[in-house]
Amino acid sequence: MLAPIYSRGLRGLALATVATIGVALGLVFFYAPLDADQGFVQKIFYIHVPLAIVSLGGYILGALFAIGHLRTGDRKWDMRSYVAIHMALIFSVGGLITGSIWAKASWGHWWVWDEPTLVSYLIVVLLFATYQPLRFSIEDPERQARYASVFAVVAGAFVPLNFIAVRLAQAYVHPRVLAAGHLPPSMGLTFAVSLIGIALLYVTLWKLELAAKSSRMQVRRLRREVLGDTAVRPLGRSAAPS
Amino acid sequence: MRTALTILRKDLRLELRTFETLPAMVLLSLASFVIFHFALARATVDGQLAAGVLTVTLLFAALLGVNRLFVAEREQGGFDAFLLAPVDRTSLLIAKATALFLFLIVLEVIALPAFDLLLLGSSLGRSLGGLVVLLLLADLGIAVIGTLVSAIAVQTRARDLIGPIIGLPLLIPALIATARGSGPLLLGHGATFPQGKWLLVLALYDSVFALLAYAVFDYLLED
Repeated sequence: MLAPIYSRGLRGLALATVATIGVALGLVFFYAPLDADQGFVQKIFYIHVPLAIVSLGGYILGALFAIGHLRTGDRKWDMRSYVAIHMALIFSVGGLITGSIWAKASWGHWWVWDEPTLVSYLIVVLLFATYQPLRFSIEDPERQARYASVFAVVAGAFVPLNFIAVRLAQAYVHPRVLAAGHLPPSMGLTFAVSLIGIALLYVTLWKLELAAKSSRMQVRRLRREVLGDTAVRPLGRSAAPS
Repeated sequence: MRTALTILRKDLRLELRTFETLPAMVLLSLASFVIFHFALARATVDGQLAAGVLTVTLLFAALLGVNRLFVAEREQGGFDAFLLAPVDRTSLLIAKATALFLFLIVLEVIALPAFDLLLLGSSLGRSLGGLVVLLLLADLGIAVIGTLVSAIAVQTRARDLIGPIIGLPLLIPALIATARGSGPLLLGHGATFPQGKWLLVLALYDSVFALLAYAVFDYLLED
């Protein structure tokens, strides 16, 4: 069975990502107006919010791929789900750090509890952060893939429920000045381009990681065929599908 | 259904003969009340603070039960025997979730009066009915999530670690609803029934995860 070739179209995708992020940065610094209230620091919004949205999308994507794995039993879906969640976790760390900087600059605290979106986001990240430890502590690769998929599906369904519960728990909610409907058009356009740029970056990195993993696996297989089983050192223990 | 009843009866008999899990859960909750008394430096607590103490204590006691839920199956080959038997796999989920649910009810029957006596200053009387409704809904959610998490964790190498770190974040929505819903009930002369929205959140949580657990449980048993 031939593994899917993930590197196809990667170059074009990477170029599109660089171009879109370049345009987005240009718009952020030279086109979007300064926020009347927060000034220059508000511009972190154009990186923070897309990072957060894209990472949440990545978790959902991971859950959908996991459904694919459970339905078909094909390990390639597990690999896709793993890389989607892995990348989303990295984007999440970026989202949390930029969010924290923004909170410090505009509200004076590194962390605020009365912003439900932020709090729900932290809980979701805490849950998905257990994905890797879970994989790591199951040795049988078949079972590791199956259990990780079950976890990803449950955690994916958890995301919306968690947002509802945390939102209801706030006695009063900040006025949502940054909700899409309230943005002036120039800010809205800049935000949209930034969001597309970050989403493209996510897809590019996801494909790159998949391409790297699958070509590494093929190289190992070929070496084993050509040089014999003993010539290829066994892999160390890993949480990644192999 | 008959299979589920058989497994449930086996679990309850096992617990009645060994008295392993339930006494541990009860003792942990009593010790927690004492710890909270000293940590908070209060003779009595009320309102949201009391709700927090009660919810966190019950949650941690529940985690003890969650950790033990499948241990006998794993150590004594119950899983293999179950997989060999020509029965519906879901019956194991139903039996285990019901067992955990019953354990939680017994725990609360003892821990709630103890909490009232030790930390509330015996002021629970009026709002007891509302609290029971809220806790029953919460127990249902904990039983479903607990069974699912326990079934995942029991097959891992570090099962005592994996269970709680997955279970706690997953239980946060139920914890929010229980703690916020019971806060006004524990004020002494406050509300007597929890706000509808918290009951609704718990009901939604329970039904979503019950359906989901039903859908994915089979994949945890394949071998």
